[in-house]
Amino acid sequence: MPKIELNMITQRSIEEGAAMEKGKTNPDYFDACSICEMHPEDMKRAGIWKNTNVRVTSECGTVIVKAIMPTQYVPPGLAHIRQGVWANQVVPPRTQSTGTPQYSGFPVTIEPAPAERLKTALELVQGAVGLWKGGQ
Amino acid sequence: MPKLIKGVGCPYCGSSCDDIEVLVSDDETKILEVHNACIIGTNLFHHANDPTRPKLPRMRQPDGSMKEVTYPEAIDWMAKTMLKAKKPLIYGFGSTNCEGMSAVARIAEKAGAVLDNCATICHGPSFLAIFDNGYPSCTLGEAKNRADVVVFWGCNPMHAHPRHTSRYSIFPRGYFTQKGQMQRTVLCIDPRETDTAKLADHHLMIDQGHDYELFDAFRTVLRGFDIPETVAGIPREKIKEAAEIMKKAKFCMIFFGMGCTHTDGRNHNIDAAISLTRDLNEHTKCSIMAMRGHYNIAGPGQVWSWQFGFPYCIDLTKGSHAHMNPGETSSVDLAMRDEVDCFVNVGTDAGAHFPIQAVQHLKKHPFIAIDPNFCMASEIADLHIPVRIAGVDEPGVVYRMDNVPIQFRAVIKGLPGVPSDEELFDMVYERMCELTNTQPVWLAAKADRKYPESPAVI
Amino acid sequence: MAQGELIIKGGFIVDPTRKINGDVGDVAIKDGKIVEKVSSSAKVIDAKGKVVMAGGVDVHAHVAGPKVNAGRLMRPEDKLRAGTCRSNMAQKNGYRMESGFSIPSTFKTGYEYARMGYAFVMEAAMPPLLAPHTHEEIHDTPIIDEAALPVFGNNWFVMDYIRKGEVENTAAYIAWLLKVTKGYGVKVVNPGGTAAWAWGLNCLGLNDRVPYFEVTPAEIMTGLMEANEYLGLPHSMHVHQNDLGNPGNYAITIDSLKLAEGIKTKNKFGREQVMHSTHLQFHSYGGEGWGTFCSKAKEVMDYVNKTKNITIDLGCVTLDETTTMTADGPFEHHLHGLNHLKWTNVDVEMETAAGVVPYVYDPNIKVCDIQWAIGLELALYAKDMDRTFITTDHPNAGPFTRYPRVIKWLMSKQARDAVLNSFKHKDKVLDAISLHTIKRELSLFEIAQMTRAGPAKCLGLGAYYGGLAPGMLGDVAIYDLNFKDMPRDPEKIEAAFQRAACFVKSGEIVVKDGEVVSNGHKKTVWVNAKMPENPQVTRDVTQAFTKGTYTMDIRNYPVRDYLAPHPFVIEYDVEA
Repeated sequence: MPKIELNMITQRSIEEGAAMEKGKTNPDYFDACSICEMHPEDMKRAGIWKNTNVRVTSECGTVIVKAIMPTQYVPPGLAHIRQGVWANQVVPPRTQSTGTPQYSGFPVTIEPAPAERLKTALELVQGAVGLWKGGQ
Repeated sequence: MPKLIKGVGCPYCGSSCDDIEVLVSDDETKILEVHNACIIGTNLFHHANDPTRPKLPRMRQPDGSMKEVTYPEAIDWMAKTMLKAKKPLIYGFGSTNCEGMSAVARIAEKAGAVLDNCATICHGPSFLAIFDNGYPSCTLGEAKNRADVVVFWGCNPMHAHPRHTSRYSIFPRGYFTQKGQMQRTVLCIDPRETDTAKLADHHLMIDQGHDYELFDAFRTVLRGFDIPETVAGIPREKIKEAAEIMKKAKFCMIFFGMGCTHTDGRNHNIDAAISLTRDLNEHTKCSIMAMRGHYNIAGPGQVWSWQFGFPYCIDLTKGSHAHMNPGETSSVDLAMRDEVDCFVNVGTDAGAHFPIQAVQHLKKHPFIAIDPNFCMASEIADLHIPVRIAGVDEPGVVYRMDNVPIQFRAVIKGLPGVPSDEELFDMVYERMCELTNTQPVWLAAKADRKYPESPAVI
Repeated sequence: MAQGELIIKGGFIVDPTRKINGDVGDVAIKDGKIVEKVSSSAKVIDAKGKVVMAGGVDVHAHVAGPKVNAGRLMRPEDKLRAGTCRSNMAQKNGYRMESGFSIPSTFKTGYEYARMGYAFVMEAAMPPLLAPHTHEEIHDTPIIDEAALPVFGNNWFVMDYIRKGEVENTAAYIAWLLKVTKGYGVKVVNPGGTAAWAWGLNCLGLNDRVPYFEVTPAEIMTGLMEANEYLGLPHSMHVHQNDLGNPGNYAITIDSLKLAEGIKTKNKFGREQVMHSTHLQFHSYGGEGWGTFCSKAKEVMDYVNKTKNITIDLGCVTLDETTTMTADGPFEHHLHGLNHLKWTNVDVEMETAAGVVPYVYDPNIKVCDIQWAIGLELALYAKDMDRTFITTDHPNAGPFTRYPRVIKWLMSKQARDAVLNSFKHKDKVLDAISLHTIKRELSLFEIAQMTRAGPAKCLGLGAYYGGLAPGMLGDVAIYDLNFKDMPRDPEKIEAAFQRAACFVKSGEIVVKDGEVVSNGHKKTVWVNAKMPENPQVTRDVTQAFTKGTYTMDIRNYPVRDYLAPHPFVIEYDVEA
């Protein structure tokens, strides 16, 4: 499988905000946040088709998200997952002694994972702390 | 007859728009229509109608399920858990009123807790820069009435503060800016071509993470020195052009956001931004402002500064004095070092917005979520206590991103039996006093403060 | 206020309002007020061999509000200088944590004033738009009664009405703003200059024109004094003059004071002045630059002494590391340019601005030493102590916790000489001042005039504060000083005033042996000057909101009642 290294940022978007205020278990929130935006050239390099799932791995974790064409232009080399549950599966908690984690500007590898399933917010968070009772 | 309530504050982002009109049902229990708000604010108000909103606290059972308990039971458990803990961490407060923040401070002193707010993962680095360098700023009305050059650096108000550009920064016609957008030159510095960048007259597409260099380049150019051919991916000529625009402004306004604080450099980026602002004041008038995220995230910074002298990361465990040292007493660092043995999440969602590893560490110990709705934190908590929603069914003071206090009102009646944050914290405090055989100490105003009236019309 | 009876027995009473100077006697208190006598069941406080005074009244301090808090927020290092920590006893009894030195937390502010025997403090500058913030802090400040002065000197409405010569409209606007912000009186800071600062400019001369508004500082001050007397407010216009802190500014200071000539006092509150000129120390500078910087305290006080309708406060430099903060935005920018420390600024739409810069009054720096001397000279040249009040313009020239030290210097030449002799550049300092030639030492009676009777009268609060006559509020401070046998060691004077032996506030013992024993019964004092509605002003104000010059909804502008839960409102009808 081809892999690419990209620089990841996780920031807000209005879709995420609007969905969050409906509730984080709302399907809109799932749709808004379980995605990764990257430049089409980068997708091509990694053999990723748009709107298919990819595995994003950072120094501290991994998450399956759906690769999409940028909603706001992203230059080659940069990737963006909207702030939220999926992004925070890979955000490094290191703070450079400021208290603020590295939400933006951390290296990730991205590879196609078309067969992998997207997990819901609840499954990710409850799963991480051993409380998830739902199906796999 | 439904009632139209005007001048309502919106409890979403740091713009804290208070021109919202909300149509409520005759019995003041349902929100029917929301006018003037952005899509996010509209959703927020309507979400308060959700019939599934929790009305009782829920306690996690040994089998992992949640069971409803009474408020006195929940308060008792919380009081005992906090007293038992050696170093509880109380975190959150992006989405509650100042009355709640003031009340929680009593509990924190009593329990010897660490008190922290969402700034710790957002504009905490900005505070660090302010400690080093000050904060030449202004209220948003100044930007609206005077600014002819507006810089958005590492922020994307079109998404994060949807009405910011129309109420304060780009489009509005202010007193000395009668032509609105026509009269303003907008610069945007962002690694992406965001929707804000598309509105800008000049978009400087910076290499991600190189903010400090670019700030420095601006300062160098302003002082008349030369810079390399490209800095942070921006050609020299473009930097000179942008610097000249700022310098020639009548009133230059710099807004900055998470793009500067979340990335490498953190507080040093903001430090450079503040220095740039200061330098520009040698040539013209220039102000800078942090784009604060939540509608009252400036609140805890204010309330706790007047109570303890620090805006965030306040360690009260010593009892004799308050101590602050971000990196040491900041929530994520405390969590990663396993230094806290009880976590209270108030009016935010650490479950969704902390890096997942920090959540895993915190979950090793008692985990309490205080939130009007179900959220990720409430769904992993050992105890979830619902409260009223400040700005929807609970009034109170909030601080807008420019630290202007806005007295929010309640538009509907709260769910029966559900307390406000302030009432809940006061009850927990009273219970803690009972448990420790001490007298609760209220400041003089307590009796009147407890149930503030909600004047819909003045 | 506390119910019940109290009697303070056998102390040396010092009460200038009744011309009592050290006579031994009793003070009786019932239900929070001073009375002629109480029953035999009254609780007795023995004050034998100690001095008994009314609770102190601070006419000018920055203790609550946005710029004070900006200072707290920006200076974590100030907490390191706090000195004492919360004792185990205070922790156990639930007294709130205290922090900060030059800009103490609200809890510490209340406790420290109480420990010094102060009952009332005037917050000296409240930006109207941010008034709810000031009231939130006042609410969180225990024990002491407080009021706040909204700033008017750079307000767009005021400048507009004054340019058009509309005294009545100016007055109606003032009355409206006092009511909605729960404010006390008319504060003016660098009139016109702060408005100019919004464009990065300043007004240093009395006849400089304010950009766009086309009025001058002299016109603003005169207009506001006229409006103030039209309303008959309890307090007069309270002014921080133009050109603060610059060498040679004493001339403009005297010119500003002269604006009061010909303006007549009109009020029912016993106030005699039409202008209170604050922190005069910062305005009594001679010289053409920092090299020739010198004191002009004598020249300024000669004018003040012969002009009865002016009161002043000192603004004494205490030679500490402190935090300067003022609505004089351009001055703070200028100061930052001098000391290159961090600089915070807040411009407030349509109304005012503020700046905050840390400052070190270093005894090894000649200019700081001269400033120190000027503050004391002003007091020692004063002829009428009922018009001269002790302040440090807290925290600008030093923290309010240094009042006892200022009192020590004023009462003891020995203490002053000790400081003078410690200066590194003593000879140069002596060339620029006259303090060393002054032998005068103030008496306890004069100190009581300067910290009690005088400021209370100046604020129009003489019926409630500043004295021990029956009917006045039951605020009584007891100091461990023997009137007949004052200590030879001046340090003991400072120590006695730093920690009152006992302080009774609103009829309740709140401090005993220098320790806080109650969170007290505080009040927020404000003025409601009732006038018939003025349609012009109503329309102008409403339009500023509806046309969006303000960014807030007018319905959210007035401070709601619950934020000032123990109001003490001075309400009266304005006689046109």
